[in-house]
Amino acid sequence: MSTLLDVRNLKTYFYRRDGVVRAVDGISYVVRERESVGVVGESGSGKSVSMLSVVRLIGGRGKIVAGKVVFNGRNLLELDERALQEIRGNDVGFIFQNPQTSLNPTMRSGPQIAEPLLWHGRADRKQSFERAVSLLEEVGIPAPALRYRNYPFELSGGMKQRVMIAVALSCEPKLMIADEPTTALDVTTQAQIMDLMNRMKAAHGMSTVLITHDFGLAAEFSDRIVVMYAGRVAEIAPTRVFLNSPRHPYSIGLLENAKMVRGRLDTIPGQPPDMTRPPSGCRFHPRCPRATDQCREEDPGMTRISDDHSVFCWHHDA
Amino acid sequence: MAALNPVGRPPSDADESSPAPRISYWGAVWQRFSSNRLAVLSLGFVIVMVLVAALADLIAPYGYNQIDLDNAYQSPSWRHVAGTDEVGRDIFSRLIFSLQTALAVAFGATVISVAIGGLIGAVAGYAGGVVDNVLMRFTDVMYAFPGFLFSIILVSVLGRGIVTIFIAIAATGWVGFARLMRAQVLSIKNLEYVESARALGATHPYAIRRYILPNSFGPLIVAIAFMVPTLMMTESALSLLGLGVMPPRPSWGVLIQVGSLNFRAFPYQLTWPAATFALALLAFTYLGDGLNDAFNPKE
Repeated sequence: MSTLLDVRNLKTYFYRRDGVVRAVDGISYVVRERESVGVVGESGSGKSVSMLSVVRLIGGRGKIVAGKVVFNGRNLLELDERALQEIRGNDVGFIFQNPQTSLNPTMRSGPQIAEPLLWHGRADRKQSFERAVSLLEEVGIPAPALRYRNYPFELSGGMKQRVMIAVALSCEPKLMIADEPTTALDVTTQAQIMDLMNRMKAAHGMSTVLITHDFGLAAEFSDRIVVMYAGRVAEIAPTRVFLNSPRHPYSIGLLENAKMVRGRLDTIPGQPPDMTRPPSGCRFHPRCPRATDQCREEDPGMTRISDDHSVFCWHHDA
Repeated sequence: MAALNPVGRPPSDADESSPAPRISYWGAVWQRFSSNRLAVLSLGFVIVMVLVAALADLIAPYGYNQIDLDNAYQSPSWRHVAGTDEVGRDIFSRLIFSLQTALAVAFGATVISVAIGGLIGAVAGYAGGVVDNVLMRFTDVMYAFPGFLFSIILVSVLGRGIVTIFIAIAATGWVGFARLMRAQVLSIKNLEYVESARALGATHPYAIRRYILPNSFGPLIVAIAFMVPTLMMTESALSLLGLGVMPPRPSWGVLIQVGSLNFRAFPYQLTWPAATFALALLAFTYLGDGLNDAFNPKE
């Protein structure tokens, strides 16, 4: 499998009045063609920001200060706005967290699916209408021609998320980034949506990145898992390896939590750090059972366990 | 009516297969608006006022400056339903032409205020940063300065005339609207659907046009509906001070001023203009209230 997306040493900082928030602080990972990657982390770990940084959708006080994002052989961080616009939606699709707020409430749902095709000059009005209707059908919405004319508030949460998927799929992107696509949905709808995502991934031969705080969901859906903590990568490994032998204490904690759903919940003690003043050395050390003086002082570099498995921890073999 | 149900209440996942009730955003707004009788009545009254003003030349029985000294100071009668003034001009006709003046000035000044305020507010809100700071500090300065005083100064500098009044009123009328517009754009530009549109390749102008503006309309329409009577008041106040439209063109402010001078002897000269003016203001205010409830339902 060849590499589709190669993120190297990406740093995105937010310059706020009370200090610099190092939301993403030097992360690297790759997404290969037709591969699905799960990015797991607590809220505030920088997982969403790292994905928005890929297509440079960081506004306000945020700034990408370092790194490289090579997509399909081109460094997206060096492209001008116009070229980037062509890539957004066309080559990289996005699905956002909350279907209730991710559709334009004053526009019928069908045209929202058709729009990206028009923006990218992929179809004329009639073709885009036909494509939108067929996409609605493909994502499992009954009576698609009727639903085309529905406003978002006339659709249920699950249907809205299906429409969102159709919107993101409209231009047949090579990479689909889904930011917590099921968090706002109830459990049954969640399963349906993930099932739909799986089918779409297979049918369209896309690579996908699933951003989630739900380790179980990521494990079920992804070929590989990237665990993020406090703006950095903690561990990257294929899902099977992850489930059997996670190395980073944080990953181990996440995995334990995922397994303990029915039993006592062994939470990882402590809180995620204040990102204006991240901890020295290894960022996980204040919460880590294995922490030593070395962890407090020095940042652990990457250790390769195998070709596909790397971990950022001084005591990964403890 | 089954269609009443979905206002703000989406169907549950259980009934996904049933065809959705067909009611648009504007349909829902109209439903809420039309259930408010006073608002509908006011809308009707406003429409009648606009028609009367537009057709003033046909409806008014006399010209607004048709002097008839033989019939000065007439009490209301069948020939002059609202009586005549000190030079025998028909007050009813003058009222109709006042309405024309008031609406022309109010609508004209509102359009200018909305254009200026909308542009400044939208640019400030969307661009943010330095642009926002500069534009809003300028707006704050204008806001801090007493608006009516500013209008008076402008009229005395530029001279009286209908265009001058547009400018004088709009020069202060835009300020509040700019603030509202900025607040609207600010609250909407960071919503997920705007971000989503940008992530899928929408350009800035497109995102503003199709995503931000349509979704900020509700409060803006309400603000405009309230702006019209406010600016009508300003116009009358300027006229009352003798800074309004050039005589002999009548204006409510002029009629009320003359009427108040003659009130003891000829009370109808004040009561008619004052009552119709109050009615017009009430109608616009109730219309604004109705729109407010229709656009911001509090269930």
